Parts: sequence; structure tokens; C-alpha cells
Amino acid sequence: MQWFLLILVVVVVLWVIGAYNGLIALKNQTVNAWKQIDVQLKRRHDLIPNLVSTVKGSMEFEKETLQAVIDARSKAMAGGGGVKETAATEGALSGALGKLFVVMEQYPDLKSSQNVRDLQEELSSTENKIAFARQLYNDVATKYNTKQQQFPTNLVAGLAKAQVAELWEIEDQAERAVPQVDLSLKPKPSA
Amino acid sequence: MSETENLFEQQAKNRRQTAVWVVCFVLFFAWLGFGGDAALYFGSIDAYGQAHYTVPWMGIIVTAIAAVLVWNSWRRGPKQVLWSAGAAELVNPQSFEEKQLVNVVEEMAVAAGLPRPKVYLVNDPDPNAFATGHGPETASIAVTTGLVQTLSREELQGVVGHEMAHIRNLDVRLMTTIAALIGVIVVLSDGMGRMFRGGGGRGVGALVGGRGRKGGGAGMIALVILVLWLITLILAPLITRLMAMAVSRNREYLADATAAELTRNPGALASALEKIESAEAPTTSIKRGTAHLCIADPLGRKANLKEGRLADLFGTHPPMPKRVIRLKGMAFQQAKTAATLPTA
Repeated sequence: MQWFLLILVVVVVLWVIGAYNGLIALKNQTVNAWKQIDVQLKRRHDLIPNLVSTVKGSMEFEKETLQAVIDARSKAMAGGGGVKETAATEGALSGALGKLFVVMEQYPDLKSSQNVRDLQEELSSTENKIAFARQLYNDVATKYNTKQQQFPTNLVAGLAKAQVAELWEIEDQAERAVPQVDLSLKPKPSA
Repeated sequence: MSETENLFEQQAKNRRQTAVWVVCFVLFFAWLGFGGDAALYFGSIDAYGQAHYTVPWMGIIVTAIAAVLVWNSWRRGPKQVLWSAGAAELVNPQSFEEKQLVNVVEEMAVAAGLPRPKVYLVNDPDPNAFATGHGPETASIAVTTGLVQTLSREELQGVVGHEMAHIRNLDVRLMTTIAALIGVIVVLSDGMGRMFRGGGGRGVGALVGGRGRKGGGAGMIALVILVLWLITLILAPLITRLMAMAVSRNREYLADATAAELTRNPGALASALEKIESAEAPTTSIKRGTAHLCIADPLGRKANLKEGRLADLFGTHPPMPKRVIRLKGMAFQQAKTAATLPTA
């Protein structure tokens, strides 16, 4: 009987250690995934002045579009640290940039410029990286949230100081409506 | 096997199957070494039921030699693969296409949450790609110039996502390991065969010829084991290649599924695969030994295009139409779930 109790205690202790470490690992992964988004956002902030100064001359008539990008950038750079605020301001910046790209399509001399093409590739790649970093963050954060809420891991959640991580949700309706390029030749499923 | 299987079910299934294959490989090595010992053990039992061969020398020696050889070829494997394909590292991207390729690789690394692998270019007009390395930290992705030129940005992303999936799922480590194992099995079975034909022949002769004075039962067991063992020794290189192909085939489906998970765009990879397939010319710069690493069979062998038992056995890759159908099924499911997403 004593042996049985001892084994039971050992098993429980081992399980608590395992669950605790698992939660801590997930928490750190979530923090790290968030940092990855930050890296890409900074890169975007650094690239925008370049783009603006390059296209400014050719786009005299599109002052508002350019100004919207500049404003959105400064707002995003000043924004607080919270997930929701960052998501909102950065989402607005994505929307403004998307509009600028659409407008740029109408200027043939811009489209043919190698410099602009390189910059645009650089920026749209950064946009993609932001999207992928966000995707990774949301996946990891969801895993973390599920783990700390599920029984029996939720019993250790307090011990590991686990708190529900906020997901990066797309608030901006314009960004959500970005058209997906469908490369398959199949007729679109009518869902 | 239906297309409605979702991503995660497919991954789980592929992982299970692969684990079985790896266990088979280890058992195979054990049999190659200790099976010979068993034959000698039963063969050395004399009339009094006393065995004279008690220490499994062959197993110990084979294991030791195999471990050293495997370790060596495992270490040098990725470098040799890149070298034999004539891949040059893209350190300083110059043209727009090269910059785009590096960007796409970076994007996929971000999506997978991994450090960016080294990017290599293979100067070959046929579109193809492969990944190699020991793990996510030291991996490399090689792409032919033909691939960069024929595919759109999204399709390139799909293919790079497929290679990144091989890296993230530790396929590159597995394939490097298997390549090393195969090489060593070929060398060992060759060497042991030679040993038996040469000096070892007398031992075998004594073993079989001296059967009369032994306990009949043990002698029979020894003979049976010996025959089985010799058959495996001869068939080993062929069987291991078939096993490697099976592992490779399963990994392709899994990598396609993971690429879809990374890019959230299975349709682009499907159309990339169709483009790669329609460019029928074999990738001349990629040799036979590297075939199982590529996104599509570089040799353009018929076995990979057909469906059925034979293709299931001899292809390094699943039939292209099957892969495309699965991906399009995922694209369809994605569109369906996106439309019916719960709005919390």
C-alpha cells in the first residue's frame, strides 16, 4: 500500500513537471512568434520611405494615396504594444499600401522602372512575411491557449502563470477582402 | 485514401507509416549482422549439444563497421548531393528572379518558424527542386534555373513551401540517414559476399560438410538460417532501395500537405506540379542517387506517372495526377470551410 502511494506521488509529480514545462515552452514559443512579427513590421516601416521617395515624382496626382501611406506608417510606428492596437494600425497600413500598389499599376513608367520593381518585390515580400509570421503566431498562440484551458493541464496553468494569448485578428474589412488569386483551372466551387 | 481527408489526418497517417519503415531498416541491419551469427552458432553445435561459437562476432563487427560508415556518409551526404547536382550557393542575388527566389525562401522560413536555409541554384532548364541537410539549422534548398523561370511567384512559393516542409518535418534528416544506410548496406553486402566466396568459403564448407557429426536438428537450423541469410545478402541492395522509395513516396504526400499548411494556398502548388510535369525533359544535372530528394522525379521515369501496383513499388514519387488531385481536394475544402467559418 505504501509502495503504491509512493509510486502514485512520483507519477503525479512527474506529470506536473512535464505539464508545467510544456506550458512554459509554449509560452516562450508564443512570445518568440510575436517577436518575429515585430521584425517584419520594422522592416516594412524602414522600406516605406524608400518607396515613397522613389514614386513621389511620377505620382504628382496621387498625393492623397501617398499621404495615406505616410500617415498610416507613422501611426503604426507610434502605436502601443498591445496585440489589438498593433493589429489595427498595421492593418490600416497594409490597406493603404495595397491601394498605393493598385494606383501604381496605372503608371507605365513606374511599372517599367527596375528600381521600383525591386522595391515593390521587397515590400510585397515583406507583406507576405508579415502575413506568414502572423499565421505562425496565431497557430502557436492557439496551441498555447488550448493547452492551458484543457483538462487536466489547466490545473497547472496558474502555477505556470499562463494567460490567454490574444490572437492577431484582421479587423480591417478592406484587408480581409484582398482578392485571392486562384491558379487552379477548376471552376470555382460554389460554396 | 479519399481526397476529403484533411491535412492533419494525412500527416498523422504518413508519420505512422514512415516510422514502420524506419524500424524495418534497423531490423534489417540487425538480421544482416546477427543472422550470420545465428547460423554460425547453430552450425557450431557439436554432438554433445555444446556450441563452440558463442560470441556474436559478426554482429558486433558489422554493427561497428556500419556505424562508422553510416556516420561518415551521413556527415558528408548533403555536401555531396549538392556537389553532384552542380548546385552553386546563391550568396549575393543579382537579378530580379534571384532576389525573388531568396525572398520566397525567406517567406517560407518565416511561415515554418525556422531559420532561413541556404539557397542553391542549379543551372538546368528543366524545372525541379530539392532540399537536403542534417536538420532545420543546416538545411539547404536547391532550385533549378528552369523552375525560377517557368513558375509564377505563387507557384514558386508552393514549391519552396514543399521543400521547407521536407526540412520542417525532418525529412531531410531522414533522407540523408537513409541514403547513408543504403550506401553502407550495399558496401557491406558486397564485402561480406566477397568474404564468403573467398577465405570464408572454407568455414562455410566446414559448417555444412561437417553436419554429420553434429546434432541433426541444430545443423538443419544452421543451414536454413544460412540460406535465408545469403538470400538477404544478395537481395539487400535491391530491397533497401525499394524501402527508401516507399519512405520517399510517403514523404511527398506529407510535404505537399505541409506546404499547403504553410502557404494556405494548395491550388498554387497543384498548378506548379502540373507545370513541372508538363515540362517532360529529364533534369540532366540531377543524378540517379539524388532522385528521391526532388519535388518531381528528375529522370522522368514512366513508373512515376502511372498508377497501380508496379508504380507503387518502383517510383520514388507518387504519381503526379494523384498528388495534384489531393492538393485540389485541399483547395476545395479550404474554400468550403472559409465560406462556413463560425463568426464568433
